Amino acid sequence: MTQELTIELTINEKSYQRSIPVRLTLADFLRHELNLTGTHVGCEHGVCGACTVLVDGRTQRACLTLAVQADGSSITTIEGLATGEELGPLQQAFMDQHALQCGFCTPGMLTTLTEFLSENPDPTDAEVRIAISGNLCRCTGYENIVRAALQAARTLRETTPGASTPMQVDALDTDHARAQHARGAQQ
Amino acid sequence: MSSTWVGTSVKRVEDPALLSGRGQFVDDIHIPDTLHAAFVRSPHAHARIKSIDASAARQLEGVVAVYTYADMPETLRTNTLPNLQPNPLLRHSMMPHALCADEVCYVGAAIAVVLANDRYIAEDALEHIVVDYQTLAGAVDVVDALKPGAATAHAELADNLAADINLGYGEDAAAFNGAAHIVRGKFVQHRGTAHPIECRAVQAQFDTLTQTMRIWTNTQTPHLYKGSYAELMEVPEQQVHVIAPDVGGGFGPKVVLYPEQFVVPACALLTGRAVKWTEDRREHFISATMERDQHWDGELALNADGTLRGLRARMLHDMGAHAMWGLVTPWISCTTVPGPYVLPSYKMHCQVVMTNKVAVTPVRGAGRPQAAYFIERMLDRAAEVVGLERDEIRRRNYVQPEQMPYEVGLIFRDGRPVIYDTGDYPALQKMALVRSDWNTFKQRQAAARAEGRYIGIGIASYIEATGLGPYEGSSVHVMRNGKVIVHTGAAPQGQGHQTMIGQVVADALGVNMSEITVKTSDTVTIPRGIGTFASRITPNASPAAHQAAISVQQKLKKVAAHMLEAAAEDLDVADGRVFVRGVAEHGKSFAEVARFANSLPGFALPKGLDPVLQETVYFAPEQATYPCGTHVAEVEVDPELGAVKILRYVTAHDCGTIINPASVEGQVMGGVAHGIGNALLERMEYDDNGQPLTVNFGEYLLPTAPSVPAVEQEHMESPTPLNPLGAKGAGEGGTIPAIAVIVSAVEDALTPFKVHINNVPMTPESLLDNISANTGAQS
Repeated sequence: MTQELTIELTINEKSYQRSIPVRLTLADFLRHELNLTGTHVGCEHGVCGACTVLVDGRTQRACLTLAVQADGSSITTIEGLATGEELGPLQQAFMDQHALQCGFCTPGMLTTLTEFLSENPDPTDAEVRIAISGNLCRCTGYENIVRAALQAARTLRETTPGASTPMQVDALDTDHARAQHARGAQQ
Repeated sequence: MSSTWVGTSVKRVEDPALLSGRGQFVDDIHIPDTLHAAFVRSPHAHARIKSIDASAARQLEGVVAVYTYADMPETLRTNTLPNLQPNPLLRHSMMPHALCADEVCYVGAAIAVVLANDRYIAEDALEHIVVDYQTLAGAVDVVDALKPGAATAHAELADNLAADINLGYGEDAAAFNGAAHIVRGKFVQHRGTAHPIECRAVQAQFDTLTQTMRIWTNTQTPHLYKGSYAELMEVPEQQVHVIAPDVGGGFGPKVVLYPEQFVVPACALLTGRAVKWTEDRREHFISATMERDQHWDGELALNADGTLRGLRARMLHDMGAHAMWGLVTPWISCTTVPGPYVLPSYKMHCQVVMTNKVAVTPVRGAGRPQAAYFIERMLDRAAEVVGLERDEIRRRNYVQPEQMPYEVGLIFRDGRPVIYDTGDYPALQKMALVRSDWNTFKQRQAAARAEGRYIGIGIASYIEATGLGPYEGSSVHVMRNGKVIVHTGAAPQGQGHQTMIGQVVADALGVNMSEITVKTSDTVTIPRGIGTFASRITPNASPAAHQAAISVQQKLKKVAAHMLEAAAEDLDVADGRVFVRGVAEHGKSFAEVARFANSLPGFALPKGLDPVLQETVYFAPEQATYPCGTHVAEVEVDPELGAVKILRYVTAHDCGTIINPASVEGQVMGGVAHGIGNALLERMEYDDNGQPLTVNFGEYLLPTAPSVPAVEQEHMESPTPLNPLGAKGAGEGGTIPAIAVIVSAVEDALTPFKVHINNVPMTPESLLDNISANTGAQS
C-alpha cells in the first residue's frame, strides 16, 4: 500500500483532518473523501480547468495537486461560493446570462473568475476572455460567460464600498461583436 | 390558450443546483462498497490477442478481480454489441463483443477489466497485465483502404467496403451536356470529436431484492440503452433501470452504446458489488466515437446565369472499425447536399469504408457540416467561374418560400421523402447580409489591404433535418397537492429540457412554472423513449407534453365542473385554478380538484370523472422538419503566421417557434464554437499504423474563449405544421454551416494569394503551405 500522511486544512471555512494516501489528488480528495462533488474532473492533465479550486485565494488545478500539498491551506470550492441557498453575485450572473448549459465546466469558471474579479474589478471583455482562456467549455461558446463576468463585476463594484468607477460601456447592452470588430479595425 | 411562458427567456430551473455544486453527475454518486473498474485497452490498431496473463495483477492488494472475454457472462460471449441502425445496404457491421474475443481493430478497444477497491489500485494493476499480441496489417487511410489488395480492417473480410450508397434524381446526362459551366472540386473534412467536458461514466448495482440491474450512465439515450441491455443480456426489461443523472455535455458520442456499458453491469453481477467506471480523457480520445472524416469529389453543372443544372459527386466516408450507428452519418451527408437550393439533378455515389480507427458515429451536425461544406465550397467556386458575387449565386438558386412544402427527390434517413416544410431562405440571407454589413465589406477590405491587412468575408446557407421519429413521450400529472410533475423521455446534457418542457406545460395547463417539476432521463418514470439526438427533443417531447397537458386540463375542467355545478365549457384555467369564466373567485385550486377526483376510499366517483389527473402522450412525427439559415463570417488572416482571427460572426436562423429565446441563442452560439473548432483547430492525428497521436488537450486543440467571437444572431420563426407547437429544434444549426463559412472567409481574405482551401481544419501550417505553394508558383 502507498504511504499515508495526515493533513489538516480548511475547506469552505470548515476544518478537516484526514489521513490519506500521499498519491491522492486534491480533486479526488475533495470529491471522493469529502463528498464535495461540485469540483469536476474533465481531463486530469491540467488543461480543461473544470477542477480549478481556490487554494489560499489563488486558483489551482485540483487534478494536478496532491491532497498532501494542500496541507495547512484554506480552500474554496464551488460549494463555498454560495451563502446557503442564496447564489453569490457571480453565480447569479451566470444564471441571468445563461452562462452555463451542462454545468460541468462551471465550477472551474466560477473559481477562476472569482480570483480574476477580486484582482480586476473593472475588466474589459478581452481581459475576461484571457482570464478564462485556461477553462474549456464545449456548450456555450463562451460569450455568455463573458457577459456574466461583466455583470458580476458591475454588481460587485456597486455593492462593494470604495470600488472603482463604473464601467464606461455597459457590455450587457452593447453589441459585443461590433465593439470587438471596431477594436480589431483600430489595431 | 394564452402564451405566458413559451417565447420568453425563462431562467433555467437547472441552474441553481449546478451553480452551487449540487449537481449530480455519475461520478458524484457514491455507493458504499463500490468496486472501481479500469480497462486494459489495445495499444495496436489491428492485432490478434495470443494470450492474456493477469496473474500478477490479481495478486495485488486491493484487486478483487480481473476479467477478460472468457470471464464474461455467456450472453456477452455469444452476443456482440447491437448495431442500433441496421440497414440492408450495410455489407457487414462487424460489431464487437463487449470485451474483445481475439482480434482488436482499433487502438483503445477494451480487452480486459480490473476491479479494485479504488481506482488508483485498479490503474496500478493495468501495468501488471501482460497481453501478447500478434500485430496485423490494417487499414488506416480511407483512400488507401479501398485500393485493390489493401490490408483489411478485420481479418475475416476480403475488402474494406462497408456499403455503397447510390442516390439521386433527375437527368444527369442532360444536366451536364447542356451546361454553360462545369465546376469541379475536391474537398477533405478531417476527423474531430465531440469532447464533452464530462467523459463517459457507468455505475451499476444489482438489487438482489427486486432482481433489478440499476445503471447510472451519462447517456443521451437511456431508454434505447435499457431496451438494448435487456435484449443483449436476455433479461426482462422491467428488471433493468437506467438513470442518466446530470450529464456534462454529449454532442453525439453519448448516443451510442459502448462496451463499458455492458461490461460494468456484468461485473456488478459477477462480484455482487456496485461497480463504477469513469473514463479518463485519454481513454475518451481513443475509445469514444468520432466523426467528420470524409473525402468529397464532385462536378457542378450550371447555366450561364449561375442557376444550377446538376451535381454529381463521389464521397468516401471513414466509418472506423465498427458500424455502431449504421449508415446514418453518410446517409445524412448525402441527402443534405442539395441544401436550400433548387438542384434539378443530383447523382451521388458514396463509399463507406472500414478502417482501424474508433467507430464514426454522429457528432453535433451528424454528417450535415460536411455536406454544407461541400455544396457551399462548390457554390463559391461556381461564383468565381460564372462571375457572380457569392451572395448572388445563392439567391439565384434558393428554394423560394412559395415553393414550400418543397420535395427534393431524396429519401431521408427516417425513411421518408426529404420535404422542406417551411422557411424563407432568401429572407434569411438578407437578414444575415444586413446585419453583417455585407454590402460595404469591399470598402473595408480595400482599406485593410492598404494597411497590409488581409480580411475576408464568407457566406454559407444550410438546412437541417431535425425532429426525427419515431416518437418521444411526456407524461403530465397533477398531484393531490396541486403540484405538477412531468416525466419525459427527453434526456438532456445541458439543453435545458426541464425548463423548456416546463414552459410548454405551464402554458397548456394554465399553471405557474414554479408549480411544475420536470423529471427526465429515468426509465422507470416513463415506459418508452428514444433519446436526445438530431435536435429531436423540442419538436417531439414538447409537443407530447403540450398535448398531455391539454388533456389533463380537460380532465381538471370536468371534475371542477362537477364541483362548481357549472358546464366544463364555461370554465377557464389560469394560475393553477379552474374557475367560471369571468368570475375568478368562483373556482377551485388544482389541489382541491385533484383531492376531489382522487376521492375518499370506498366512495363512488361521480360518473364520467377521471380519478387521476394524468396523461401520457407519445408524439410521433410524420417526417423530419427543416430548420434553415445563413451565416456570415468576417476574418483576418495573417499570411506570415497562418493565423486566422474571426472578427465577426453573424447568423440568421429559423428553428420554427422559439420556446426559450435565451436557450436557442445559447445553442446557436455553442454550435458555432464547435464549428470553429472543426474549421481551424481540431485535428485528430493518426500515424501510418493507426496510432492516435493527439490524445490530450495540449495536442488536440478545442476552441477557447479568445478564439471564439460573440455570435450576432438574427431569428425568424416559420412554425412547422408537423407538430402543434411549430418548433423545429435548434441543437445543430450553429455547427452545420460554420466550417463552410469560415473557409469561404479565409479564401476571400487570401484572394491576392489565389489560395483555394480544400482541406480542413485550416491549421496555421496548412495555410502557410497553401500560401507558399501559390506564391512560389507566382515567382
